[in-house]
Amino acid sequence: MDIARNWRLRKQRYALEGEQCDHCKQYIFPPRDICPHCGEDARGVHAMSGKGEVYSYTVVHEPPTGYETQAPYAIALVKLEEGPLVTAQLTDIDAAEIKIGMPVEMVTRRLRTDGEEGVIQYGYKFRPILSAA
Amino acid sequence: MNGSAEIQAERKSNAPIMRPARKTGITGYGAYVPRYRLPGKEISRVWTEGNTPPIVPEKSVPGLDEDVVTMSIEAARNALARAGIAPQKIGAVWVGSESHPYAVKPTASIVGEAIGATPNLLAADWEFACKAGSEAMQAAMGMVGSGMIDYALILGMDAAQGRPGDALEYTAGAGGAAFLIGPAEEALAVIEASYSYATDTPDFWRRVGANYPSHGQRFTGEPAYFRHTLAAGRALLEATGTQPGDYRYAVFHQPNPKFPQRAAEALGFSMEQIKTGLLAPQIGNTYAGSALIGLTAVLDEAAPGDRILLVSFGSGAGSDAFQLTATGRLPERRTLAPGTGHYIARRKEIDYGVYVRYRGKLKM
Repeated sequence: MDIARNWRLRKQRYALEGEQCDHCKQYIFPPRDICPHCGEDARGVHAMSGKGEVYSYTVVHEPPTGYETQAPYAIALVKLEEGPLVTAQLTDIDAAEIKIGMPVEMVTRRLRTDGEEGVIQYGYKFRPILSAA
Repeated sequence: MNGSAEIQAERKSNAPIMRPARKTGITGYGAYVPRYRLPGKEISRVWTEGNTPPIVPEKSVPGLDEDVVTMSIEAARNALARAGIAPQKIGAVWVGSESHPYAVKPTASIVGEAIGATPNLLAADWEFACKAGSEAMQAAMGMVGSGMIDYALILGMDAAQGRPGDALEYTAGAGGAAFLIGPAEEALAVIEASYSYATDTPDFWRRVGANYPSHGQRFTGEPAYFRHTLAAGRALLEATGTQPGDYRYAVFHQPNPKFPQRAAEALGFSMEQIKTGLLAPQIGNTYAGSALIGLTAVLDEAAPGDRILLVSFGSGAGSDAFQLTATGRLPERRTLAPGTGHYIARRKEIDYGVYVRYRGKLKM
């Protein structure tokens, strides 16, 4: 597993750190050099709230290498309340309970591990919203 | 158990009550319990043909993508939400656990990074069996109380291990709590005083490289749990000049439902005082999280002015005792994150086969 690459991505993986374009004020995730909305430089760091809704989803039964022990699992396109669409696993939910449009929130979970002795990669997944007290 | 001459003598000669120069308190708190529950009758079915009555009805089980790091991050976010401070103000992140995902590589630096508290940060993992989190709380009182740092985030969190078929497997649960320790003026509960009592007592241990802990069977009771819990509780009551009747709540480490009830009774506390923080029947023994998540359940309902006694226990062995008083800030702040009861109510029952898969007990 690419240790350096995962390390560089830790802010976006742990805290959904993206950007808000200084020019057109649109929110961007994942962060990039050029704003996809207006074509200007994208610089202003902004951590997304983590709240959003399921835009679409599918259930993976034949997982790619590294995810075998987790299947079956759901992958969703999550529409963040700030606007960006994020691809992520859904967790703490049975596939039969997933509905398009359901509100979800970001949690930090184990994404995959590099074998029994390798680095553990943590990052964002989404789950049904657990309401405050 | 009601106070041998030895305990009396030790206590009288050596009961320094800890109070920092600057008063500290809990300025934010958060709980976490994973979603899955394994009924005790399932363990009994698999290992004893159903002949062993379960010690607890069910215990909490972490999902495939959960460990002490992920559970700590969520509890820490809840504590921050209640405290309402910028994470950059946190000077220390200390995680107490006996199931850190790495033997070498701190849990605390991952948690600190995830909540945005890095890089001006003292980050460390603590180990003292089930009291690793409460001793971190005492150290936090010292660091914050001396003015070295303004806030310290401490956690007691475990994905507890129990050998398949062993008595511990019935109770070894998952979950815990986070507390942001800060100045008393901002506290939801002020820490009035604390005391720690430790001896070399081999009641429960896990050697390097071993997957599961071992224990001294009945030796875990009188010379370990009861001796330390009662000595710490008595010393704190005595030194602070308080009686059990002065407390609205008491929370003890809960390896099972019976031990904390007996300890409470021996110290003069009633079932009414301990029932709110007694979560072992619903989630099992969350090891380093056990006493601390009992405290979050109490903070979820305590009224301003209510006095709380907290007594942890860690095998090996020692107890940390705390006297806390809830403040007027508690009621409005508690609503800013999910309560302990929200996590306990969120449950999906699994059978022993799924438990074996989720806990990685199958070698493939």
